[in-house]
Amino acid sequence: MNILVCISKTPDTTAKIAFVEGNTKFDENGVQWIINPYDEWYSLVRAIELKEKNPNVIIHLITVGGADTEPIIRKALALGGDEAIRVNNTSNDSMVVAQEIAAVAKGGAYDMILTGKETIDYNSASIGSMLCALLDTTFIPNAISLDVNGNTAIVKREIEGGEETCETNIPFILSCQKGMAEQRIPNMRGIMAARTKPLKVLEATIHNETTSIQQFDIPPAKSGVKLVDPSNMDELVRLLKEEAKVI
Amino acid sequence: MVLIYIDQDEQEIKKASFEAISYGAALAKQLGTHAEGILLGTVKESVEALGKYGVSIVHQVTNSGLNNFDASVHATVVTEAAKKLGATVIVFAHNINGKAIAPAVAVKLNAGLVAGACALPKTDAGFVVTKTVFSGKAFASIKIETPIKVISVNQNSFGVIVGEGNATLENLDLPVPASKIKITSIDKIKGEVPLTEASLVVSGGRGLKGPENWGILLDLAKALGASTACSRPVSDADWRPHHEHVGQTGIQIAPNLYIAIGISGAIQHLAGVNRSKTIVVINKDPEAPFFKAADYGVIGDAFEVVPALTAAILKSKAGA
Repeated sequence: MNILVCISKTPDTTAKIAFVEGNTKFDENGVQWIINPYDEWYSLVRAIELKEKNPNVIIHLITVGGADTEPIIRKALALGGDEAIRVNNTSNDSMVVAQEIAAVAKGGAYDMILTGKETIDYNSASIGSMLCALLDTTFIPNAISLDVNGNTAIVKREIEGGEETCETNIPFILSCQKGMAEQRIPNMRGIMAARTKPLKVLEATIHNETTSIQQFDIPPAKSGVKLVDPSNMDELVRLLKEEAKVI
Repeated sequence: MVLIYIDQDEQEIKKASFEAISYGAALAKQLGTHAEGILLGTVKESVEALGKYGVSIVHQVTNSGLNNFDASVHATVVTEAAKKLGATVIVFAHNINGKAIAPAVAVKLNAGLVAGACALPKTDAGFVVTKTVFSGKAFASIKIETPIKVISVNQNSFGVIVGEGNATLENLDLPVPASKIKITSIDKIKGEVPLTEASLVVSGGRGLKGPENWGILLDLAKALGASTACSRPVSDADWRPHHEHVGQTGIQIAPNLYIAIGISGAIQHLAGVNRSKTIVVINKDPEAPFFKAADYGVIGDAFEVVPALTAAILKSKAGA
């Protein structure tokens, strides 16, 4: 069984968010890069768990980005990916990224494609749904559990106000979130093995961007917290009613 | 024409759709065109009443198979509707279902997508939509370069605008592909407003010391008519159910009012709640980082402050 896990590079959750070049580019100075947590903790680790149950599983990793994404993809290999492809395209347009992944997936006969539910930088939650249209394959978003029985997958997913359990047959695409698996730390053996695992670089083939980022802005700082005396909750209620007008 | 996807669940129109319609109607006005809706499946309530949010016509594909959500099927039908009706902008709510189909519709229509818009586009020079990025820590202005555009609107970012009028309901006959997903069970928490749709949220953290102390928080939520949430350590310790976890890896919410009780405000927690309109922080530690992100703060013991706040709310409600 071939699983394709999509890996994105994102700034660490505690990274300082700032912009340069007239607020048109993210300031990468001093930023620590990580595997997008949804891609790592949920989709990649679940794929590794499936491989631990079934040795016939092969975990293929794909990332779309420049050479600076290689430490990230090596870490994913160290965690337990078998082989990796990097498509050398630095576009920020989800449509371009999804088309690059689809081009690889079309030639790969993957039984399932796993993505995180969104990236923590652009928060678009788009790649899984775009792959669904590009590959004409079933897509189940916000998956919180996945079990595979022969050709059938049993998936639990979050819906608003609850959970839904469903079944589908391979091939399919899932976007994964909390519940799917628990975070792991790569061990020394994994880190050593990752150095020699295959990492193939493909040249970019998609160049037509459908969107372009014009500018970034940092939201204005809060004007400062207004402290209310703990013995005067009537005043807090008045502020929420008359000033904030939220109750 | 601006076409708005009307999301339904168990044959009830989702609240998020009212905001999407309001946004789409305002956008249509800005572009000098009109707004229409597309509804898949059947609903129990009046579809005509959606006119008050600004749609003149609602097209309905009344195939009961569409009452079960399947991203692939729904995206195909919405795409065919958009083509047949000649829509130039397709608007979705950026909720679970909207996120699942808007990108697929964008692919099928060769359209540029902005997922998670938080304001109307600027259309004086091109078509530039602002969205939140970096989990609410920044905004990006994104230009859509294609003739057809797809936008999903962040919940609680634009607001619901209620006017007058009724929409005309028109049946739309489109082929519906068979779903390859079999839904075997649906498990819903009864009687609660889903967190993502709640306008008032009361949330508790480790400062409450244990699940047995949640009564004061639940009383406050009840007095306000608010939904309840919690921080990650609380759900990890099983003090509260996982579906209440808000934050970077939990649910991201944007209510009008978020009251955080005994939550220090780690950056990962803020990433899930920083789009809230008003934030109240109750914490006995004056150094809690959450105070920097708060509009109102109370430095004090939650076990005294929260019951006092509940009493003040009940008193105010009784007075009004």
